[in-house]
Amino acid sequence: MDNLTKGLVLTVIGMGGTLLSLWLLTLIIQVLKKFFPYSEAEEKSGKEVV
Amino acid sequence: MLDLIQYGLAGLTMGFSALTVHNVIMILTGCALLYLGIKKDYEPLLLLPIGFGAILVNIPLSGLMAEGGLLREFYNFGVITEIFPCLIFIGIGAMTDFAPLLENPSILMLGAAGQFGIFLTLLLALGMGFSLLDSVAIGIIGACDGPTSIYVTSKFAPHLLGAVSVAAYSYMALVPLIQPPIMRLLTTEREKRIKMEYPEKSVSRSLKILFPIAVTIVTCLIAPMGTPLMGMLMLGNLMKESGVVSRLTKASENEIANAVTLLLGLSIGATMEGAAFLKPQTLLILGLGLLAICLDTVTGVLFGKLMCLLTKGKVNPLVGAAGISAYPMAARVVQTEGRRYDTNNWLLMHAMGANTGGQIGSIMAAAIMLSVLKGMGLG
Repeated sequence: MDNLTKGLVLTVIGMGGTLLSLWLLTLIIQVLKKFFPYSEAEEKSGKEVV
Repeated sequence: MLDLIQYGLAGLTMGFSALTVHNVIMILTGCALLYLGIKKDYEPLLLLPIGFGAILVNIPLSGLMAEGGLLREFYNFGVITEIFPCLIFIGIGAMTDFAPLLENPSILMLGAAGQFGIFLTLLLALGMGFSLLDSVAIGIIGACDGPTSIYVTSKFAPHLLGAVSVAAYSYMALVPLIQPPIMRLLTTEREKRIKMEYPEKSVSRSLKILFPIAVTIVTCLIAPMGTPLMGMLMLGNLMKESGVVSRLTKASENEIANAVTLLLGLSIGATMEGAAFLKPQTLLILGLGLLAICLDTVTGVLFGKLMCLLTKGKVNPLVGAAGISAYPMAARVVQTEGRRYDTNNWLLMHAMGANTGGQIGSIMAAAIMLSVLKGMGLG
């Protein structure tokens, strides 16, 4: 495989992989937000509910 | 006796007689970097030690980069081993607030789009005849992230470290000049005026603590080669958000970050020895680096336009320009541009979210490149 082909593979996987990984992170954040919603009580007590 | 005096005096003129044109040009370049740092306030924390390092290493017979020399020891200890960029990331993590990103998670996608310039520049560099690994190092300038650029370049193309790091840090500082014309060109009057809603406060302390842990586990499993970078960034952030190790957090964002920045800057400056640095390819690298950041801005804004379309006008495409890692400069640029067209348009928090997304995105892009190259047997 020549350098340009390797570069193309790297570009496609790199761009796709970065996009998919960050999309996965947005899903994880959404799920975490559902399980650990904001509450005044937690903020006031200063203790995390984990 | 007379001979001894003559030899003694010759010892005092050796520096001048060994001085080459290359050395003089690089000393002047070092002075230019000092000028930019001191007078223009462009990334002074880095440009000052880099500029001074460039002056020091171009003084003939100083032996600073010879085996056992002071700067060679710094370089071997912190750059070759990749310790310095990783330590810097602990400090960055301790200083970063991911709350704006957590308030509006979809904005994280702009942090991915803002990295596409890395890959497009990689292809351009390959087309111009650079080797694959050199092209990766050149493309990574588009991460707009000094430590990541240094980490990747020191792994794959240490001979380009001076040019790549100077480009990365200089262009980071020049983001307020590079981005606005592209942002104005790619957006319509109507798009520039879009106001984005501020969601109600929705980020709990638990979420802020769990976020760095979740990001570390997920991203490092996807691209394990990026673990040192992502791991250190998220460790710094976890220390900050947990609130239980304030001494370590303060040390990370102050003493450790400051000491490492000084040594890292000097080490990079030390790679700017005239004969090695003054080549036509250095100019090409600087040009491609600039192009990488322009392409990042283009892809970020275009992705912002796509999000604007998909959300029926709820996302201002200007925010896409903040999807790079230059934190918080890129976010400030978006805020300034937004207010240029409507003084009541406050985009800062959304731009901060995209900007912190860009930090994660740049490390992720680098981590994926490292892991793919490792998979190809090149890492």
